Amino acid sequence: MHIPDGFIDPQTSAIFAGISAVGVAAALKGAREQLDEKTAPLAGLTAVFIFAVQMLNFPVAAGTSGHLLGAVLAAVLVGPWAATLALTVVLLMQAFLFADGGLTALGLSVFNMSILAVWAGYGIFLLARKILPKNKASISAAAFVGALLSVPIAAAGFTLQYAMGATATFSTSTVFTAMVGTHVLIGIGEAIITGLTVSAVLASRSDLVYGWKNNNQKLEIRNA
Amino acid sequence: MLNNRKFYIAGFVISLFLAGVVSFYASSSPDGLEKVAQDIGFIDTAKDHTNADGTLADYGVKGIENERASVGVAGVIGVIGTAVVAGIGFKLIARKPKKDGK
Repeated sequence: MHIPDGFIDPQTSAIFAGISAVGVAAALKGAREQLDEKTAPLAGLTAVFIFAVQMLNFPVAAGTSGHLLGAVLAAVLVGPWAATLALTVVLLMQAFLFADGGLTALGLSVFNMSILAVWAGYGIFLLARKILPKNKASISAAAFVGALLSVPIAAAGFTLQYAMGATATFSTSTVFTAMVGTHVLIGIGEAIITGLTVSAVLASRSDLVYGWKNNNQKLEIRNA
Repeated sequence: MLNNRKFYIAGFVISLFLAGVVSFYASSSPDGLEKVAQDIGFIDTAKDHTNADGTLADYGVKGIENERASVGVAGVIGVIGTAVVAGIGFKLIARKPKKDGK
């Protein structure tokens, strides 16, 4: 869902560049408070892993492919603030080094993937975690659900940008239906990769997983 | 539980392997947004990327003819580059100001 230059007009691109700049600045502040020397390396590794897996396009339907977005994966592993930053680093590398995603469209892509998908997906993860039993399998399951929905949510973000400033004249509802429909399918792949990766990290280093630690801390506070 | 060293080495090696080797087998079909843009008909409004002729454009190294090597090397460069930028960035962000009395 890396938006090329030209799809969305310069005014709308500039508006979202501004929103994204504010969002990333807030994430810098939030991550500064949340990360410590123990968790910072995992945030770095998460960005690296997401970059690598984003290269692996999987087929979803006739003539269409998708790849991991990684927003909920990052949010569950290192918290939403650091996730916003990790995704933004990946998008910057892709746009500047690999010509993937337009430079004037960066603010649009950062908004959809680093901000909207991260925070909405993380919110869904939190809701799912609340309903499910308090164990590690539930963390993976909640990450699965959040990841599944995060992709069509990011697609809806693009549709909003299209509605505000498309250079083409096709109806927004046509674009919405096609974008969300296609990205629900990609979301299934997203959910599987996210669920498996979260399970693997929980099995090897659960002490590092934000979405698991943070759950336990809350329980302790309530019991106190 | 893996110790820190083993965990981070494993994560990094897996990332190198995915970007350096597995990436060759990735689907080359258009992604969701491109496909939608093609089907609906606004793909032509896309402009060429500013760096479309760059050394690493489209995840290939200019000058390496072998496709497997080209995408593999591009992937390895991306993994190392991301590791350097994100590694240093997050380390600086996490650095806490010295507390009084320390």
